[in-house]
Amino acid sequence: MTSGTYDAIVVGGGLHGCSVALHLAQRGLSVLVVEKDTVGRHASGVNAGGVRRLGRDPAEIPLSQAAMEMWWRIGDWLGDDCGFQVSGQLKVAETAGELAELEARARQVADLGYDHEELVGPDELFRLAPALARHCTGGLVSRRDGFADPFRTTRAFMRRAREAGAEFLEGTAVTAIERRGGAWTVRAGEYRLSAANLINCAGGWGAGLAAWLDEAVPAETAAPMLMVTAPLPPFVEPVIGAQGRALSFKQTGAGTVVIGGGYRARALPEENRTELDFRELKLSARTVAELFPIMRQADIVRCWAGLEAITPDGIPVIGPSAREDGLIHLFGFCGHGFQLGPITGRIVADLLTSGQTDLPIAPFAVDRFAG
Amino acid sequence: MAAAIDLGIIGAGPAGLSAALTAAELGLEVHLFDDGPSPGGRIFKALEAAPADRRWYPGDDHARGADLLNRFRASDVRYHPETTVWSVSRERELGLAAGGRAWLLPARAVILAGGAMERPWPFPGWTLPGVMTAGAAQVLLKTDGMVADGPALFAGAGPLLYLIAAQYLAAGATIAALLDLAPAGNARAALGRLPGALRAPHYLRQGLALRRRLRRAGVPLIRRVTDLEARGGGQVETVSYRAAGRRTEVAARHLFVHMGLLPNSNLAASLDLPHDWDQGRLCWRPRLDGWGASELPWLAIAGDGYDIAGAVAAERRGELAGLWAAEGLGRIDVAERDRRAAPIHRRLNRELAVRPFLDRLFRPPLEDLAKLDDAITVCRCEMVSAGDLRGALALGCGEVNQLKALTRAGMGRCQGRQCAGTVAQLIAAETGRPVADVGGYRMRGPIKPIPLASLAALETGDD
Repeated sequence: MTSGTYDAIVVGGGLHGCSVALHLAQRGLSVLVVEKDTVGRHASGVNAGGVRRLGRDPAEIPLSQAAMEMWWRIGDWLGDDCGFQVSGQLKVAETAGELAELEARARQVADLGYDHEELVGPDELFRLAPALARHCTGGLVSRRDGFADPFRTTRAFMRRAREAGAEFLEGTAVTAIERRGGAWTVRAGEYRLSAANLINCAGGWGAGLAAWLDEAVPAETAAPMLMVTAPLPPFVEPVIGAQGRALSFKQTGAGTVVIGGGYRARALPEENRTELDFRELKLSARTVAELFPIMRQADIVRCWAGLEAITPDGIPVIGPSAREDGLIHLFGFCGHGFQLGPITGRIVADLLTSGQTDLPIAPFAVDRFAG
Repeated sequence: MAAAIDLGIIGAGPAGLSAALTAAELGLEVHLFDDGPSPGGRIFKALEAAPADRRWYPGDDHARGADLLNRFRASDVRYHPETTVWSVSRERELGLAAGGRAWLLPARAVILAGGAMERPWPFPGWTLPGVMTAGAAQVLLKTDGMVADGPALFAGAGPLLYLIAAQYLAAGATIAALLDLAPAGNARAALGRLPGALRAPHYLRQGLALRRRLRRAGVPLIRRVTDLEARGGGQVETVSYRAAGRRTEVAARHLFVHMGLLPNSNLAASLDLPHDWDQGRLCWRPRLDGWGASELPWLAIAGDGYDIAGAVAAERRGELAGLWAAEGLGRIDVAERDRRAAPIHRRLNRELAVRPFLDRLFRPPLEDLAKLDDAITVCRCEMVSAGDLRGALALGCGEVNQLKALTRAGMGRCQGRQCAGTVAQLIAAETGRPVADVGGYRMRGPIKPIPLASLAALETGDD
């Protein structure tokens, strides 16, 4: 039996777990990440890689802004550019009604004091994305958003965290957790570990872990699907979304087009698997064929899905347990947690080192669903 | 969902045809789907349309193929040529595409009879125009009677190499040499398995006859060849190799390579069916019972997709899978199934008797794949080199799917069919693990590319 004592044990080696490990290690805390599979194996490694502030829930905007500052210097920070590109993100309206919705949204964001979301009419829309179908009426653009390579990013966080002194235990599932004498005892495989703090970064299994610790959150595990085409000549720079439909659409540097939007596969978290649902992918393909006529020539070469947690209000759980000291939850990112990765680790590090953070995390409280 | 068919069979080679005939005779409504324009699979490719002068190619047993195809044409089997099966789901739905349409079709039982693929084999110069697999050369020969202009060189390890070379010769082409890449120790190691192989002496006789035929035609048969390399600018100009302690370089504009066969397993893998590493055959095989049935009670695999054992064995495996389906769907009882299966099992076992000997005699030097120079392309779809893969390994990613995510190897049109084996060897060598522990790519539908426009108009049968 091997043992070890840490300031913090992170359960889950996804992007958020790696970010927590990096921030804690950089502040001199000892930290161990326990991952049942391999780092970046699930949603963190296979998501669409959107680095998007555009269209976020107002509660997320301050966190998203702070994360964006970190993305813009990600290469200097991590020693790996993570494939990050400032391509812009563009949400398209297809009717006058949708354009009015985007206009209202732009006003709402401006009233909150932010200027990253900008309403554009048809001229600017087709200048930004000439391949868009001509029925589109306008859009909302966040010009300095972009996308990155999700697996590479997660591994870059892991690597930097290791260099800063964090430890990783892969292929080892947590089998028992106990709170005793002001510390957590964690059994994982042959390891018996203890730590003052436990961080739940278990992603698609995060609500299960919370429930295990008597802190039920009504989140479900979902598996958003993505599909990718064979390479096409470059035809679109910004990442495209749509106001009236589920869509995330981007052309990568390799020329391939990655298509998502939240259509879900069957999620089988107990078996570590997903099963694609082509009835749903049909809807995704139809959206793309209607918005980008050029895509009707494209071949779909692969589809996949990643397991992750979705909460009833569509925003994550970020913050301390309402029941136990030394427990922080960080899960339920609802298909849009990738961009927040750099900042969530900082929030946890703030909480552990000073008991507070300057970022407004009250809306993400774990007990907000109670009563 | 549309009404379910009884039995969907994928692949119209000897296994699929035999399975279809057996199941249809027992009263099942059988649908047979195949990519190709005519039935027969690789071995009987375009046999029905072949002119008389192409009907005497050695080794193909034209009479047996013609009989099978005649019985098939006279049967009630619903045949769907030029139809791609791009998905089989655990909900028992087939994803099909043909003529710009795509649709979902539920089936009560499914038999995968996708056959084999040639073992991809990177070596210096393998991506040069003029280098192709011997199997690809055989397809050109069988469909269009096409042979290379000017002398061709055959290289590799496997009984098919000799067969295809002999067929090439029969078609009137010139063969500069046949380079046998089977390692030096193979013959001695295979000797102990010869007694078993003598239960199927026709294979041994045929093998010897092929060699004799090539020798008589003046084709140099060069054994224990290593360090194969194709050289040239925009096309192969010379082929260099080492044999008997010295390096030789010969002029050749065509190099046909064959390093044995692997079960074509992308559909099985996409269903997350368990696979086991077969150290005798150096390949992954789906875990199946004697009928070919998988852990999914409605799915079986027949033919080379079950086990590389040749066309005759594939017919027998197809018949067994057909009986399995008829019993599973209530057309015959277990006793009847077993009664009908007994002679088939006996004939199958006779066919299988020769395999341990052949597998050992022609075992390819798989470990050479781990020694590839950094500059050599491993994934041709995404142009990922051995050096790129080693670089990713050095970053601490020791798992196949991690290398895929970091390097894009296996992300292209072929879904990793071409590079999976080499990537696994590289990982095994660099991490010191047996290749059986390294595993393969996670496979997901569509296992063959499907036009986005077809998917957008997917006919789900729901309305």
